Amino acid sequence: MNAAQPAEAFAIPLDSLELGKRAHIESIDWAALEETAARRLRQFGFDEGVTIEALHLGPFGRDPLAVRVGRMTVAIRRAHARAVHVVPIAK
Amino acid sequence: MNPQPLIAVVGNPNAGKSALFNALTGARQKVGNYPGVTVERHVGRAILPSGAPAELIDLPGSYGLDPNSPDEAVTRDVLLGRQQGERLPDALLIVLDASNLDNHLRFALQLIALGRPTVVALNMVDLAKRDGLELDAAKLEAELGVPVIETVAVRRRGITELLGRLESELGHQRAVHGKDLPPPDLVHLQKRAREVAQAAILRETPVRRITHQLDAVLLHPVAGPIILAAVLFIMFQAVFAWATVPADALDAGITSLGNIVGNALPPGVFKSLIVDGVFAGVGAVIVFLPQILILFLFILVLEATGYLVRAAFLMDKLMHSAGLSGRAFIPLLSSFACAVPGIMATRTIDDPKDRLTTILVAPLMTCSARLPVYTLIIAAFIPNRAVGPGIGLQGLVMFLLYIGGIAGALLAAWALRRSVVKGRGGAFMMELPKYQMPRLVDIALGLYQRALIFLKRAGTIILGTTIVLWALASFPQAGPGQKQSEVSIAGYIGSAIHKVVAPIGFNQDISLALLPTMAAREVAVSAIGTVYALDASDDKQLTSLEDRLASRWSLATALAYLVWFIFAPQCISTIAVTRRETNSWKWTGFMVGYLFVLAYIGAGLTYWTAVAFGLG
Repeated sequence: MNAAQPAEAFAIPLDSLELGKRAHIESIDWAALEETAARRLRQFGFDEGVTIEALHLGPFGRDPLAVRVGRMTVAIRRAHARAVHVVPIAK
Repeated sequence: MNPQPLIAVVGNPNAGKSALFNALTGARQKVGNYPGVTVERHVGRAILPSGAPAELIDLPGSYGLDPNSPDEAVTRDVLLGRQQGERLPDALLIVLDASNLDNHLRFALQLIALGRPTVVALNMVDLAKRDGLELDAAKLEAELGVPVIETVAVRRRGITELLGRLESELGHQRAVHGKDLPPPDLVHLQKRAREVAQAAILRETPVRRITHQLDAVLLHPVAGPIILAAVLFIMFQAVFAWATVPADALDAGITSLGNIVGNALPPGVFKSLIVDGVFAGVGAVIVFLPQILILFLFILVLEATGYLVRAAFLMDKLMHSAGLSGRAFIPLLSSFACAVPGIMATRTIDDPKDRLTTILVAPLMTCSARLPVYTLIIAAFIPNRAVGPGIGLQGLVMFLLYIGGIAGALLAAWALRRSVVKGRGGAFMMELPKYQMPRLVDIALGLYQRALIFLKRAGTIILGTTIVLWALASFPQAGPGQKQSEVSIAGYIGSAIHKVVAPIGFNQDISLALLPTMAAREVAVSAIGTVYALDASDDKQLTSLEDRLASRWSLATALAYLVWFIFAPQCISTIAVTRRETNSWKWTGFMVGYLFVLAYIGAGLTYWTAVAFGLG
């Protein structure tokens, strides 16, 4: 966690990140995820400090989410995205 | 003893591993299975610069040595020398996607730590450049401590250098760690991977990525599903429309060949076997090769471009509400070609309950083996006229049969999830790879392998059952005034089955064909073809199978028969692969049972409704 974070940057769950917006991953609530889901997220490169961008939403029920993490685009469900807390990067 | 060195090709999914494998081995490859598991084993042979051959094995794509699914477990076990039926590879060829280094390097670092002779292929450097990335292979090599070669597998760039480095590395034994691994510290590995990636990336210019622009349209909440529906509709129309010319040509070829052979043979039992058994039976199935290849062509191209994964993304929510995962979309779509590779593809589904449900409903997808049956019945009973611009009635009925299978699968999954496979669903997590132009050679190779499998089936299972059926249907011989299909052994078996299926409108011919059809669905066509060929042996004028059907079946019977095939699990290979994948006779028996019950009810409802409307 970065102490020099500007005061207006609050952490929000990843599924509330606006499409097209970039953010830093602040924390991941690993305990809230099933073991396989947690492992897969780690393998996709989800980690604190990594840059993430919300790209697309599924057409039905706005689920799943397509996000860019590092250089990779991955699809995850909203339920899992909620465990990822991000701080949007101000433009 | 096998003196050829074994080189394992290994890397993340979407690193272009299979394209590189194809470029290295060409057509010198074989698709088999690992003993005990249904993970496909792809091996091929490459010729090293010295002229010595090497055996290459294409391992399932994996994100690390901590497996999430059965195929990732095979990758780990082969690499550690624990996989039954596979020797420890002599060298590793690690394939990296140049534009996704930070992620792919983590697995690469794990692999390099195994201490085997290793060469890294920095693949798809052209696409990385397209994305504005400038990389330094020499820096990467210095950081990793193993040779790094830049490659573009689809253009065969770097292949010769790669083979050269592999050959020289084969001699250099590095420190081998043995079969045990230090527990992977993912956080540390990931940090190191990012450092190495940073060192190797010289410059990064932000560009509008093609993939991003395409996704803006193809994953659009409104346009996306419409495009997907259109793609699927075109696919099924094409299967029906494009195949007509080559199928007719094949049919004419087989018929005239049959006539030539028939005229050359003296009349008698042997001639009957060849003409009525082999040519009428197997020939009836072979003519469907064009349709099956067109279907596989679509699936292979959609998969190679990266679109199939997008389809899974679009469909996830709907699949989820039926109790499946978006990941099930690809196995289920493959099941349109054949349920056997479809069920095998479920091994990429992490959650065991998601996977079991997908396996249980996969046989409901309209596989290509149903096409011969559907095509025959539709051609015989559904008039060939247009119901709209570019939409034929026959194509529409075919489309409805597909929809029937899909709706049946979703309903069945929904019901299963609330009864026998209770429990919450697993995760849907998938990488959306970059879009790519598929390479013609890779598609052609895939089609060739599928055609070979189909023809092998026609030459073995279908030929075998056809001959057995011919024998059962030929003896004892009919006397004057008797019908061959009634007095033969097969006739008696058929009569017994007929008692069960008569209420749902099935006649003697269908009943007779039901038993051999258990071998494979397309046998229905050859079985009916054989029965009619035997019955017609006295009349010289050979009319087409369609005309004979149209004169002997009512429309209600034909429709009931079509609906039967949506559900009935008449395929011994599917049943066998289900047994192997679920490792349970109980689940296999359950699947066969519920599908037959659905088939009986579905066909019955269709028949009784049609009769009520005066079509009986």
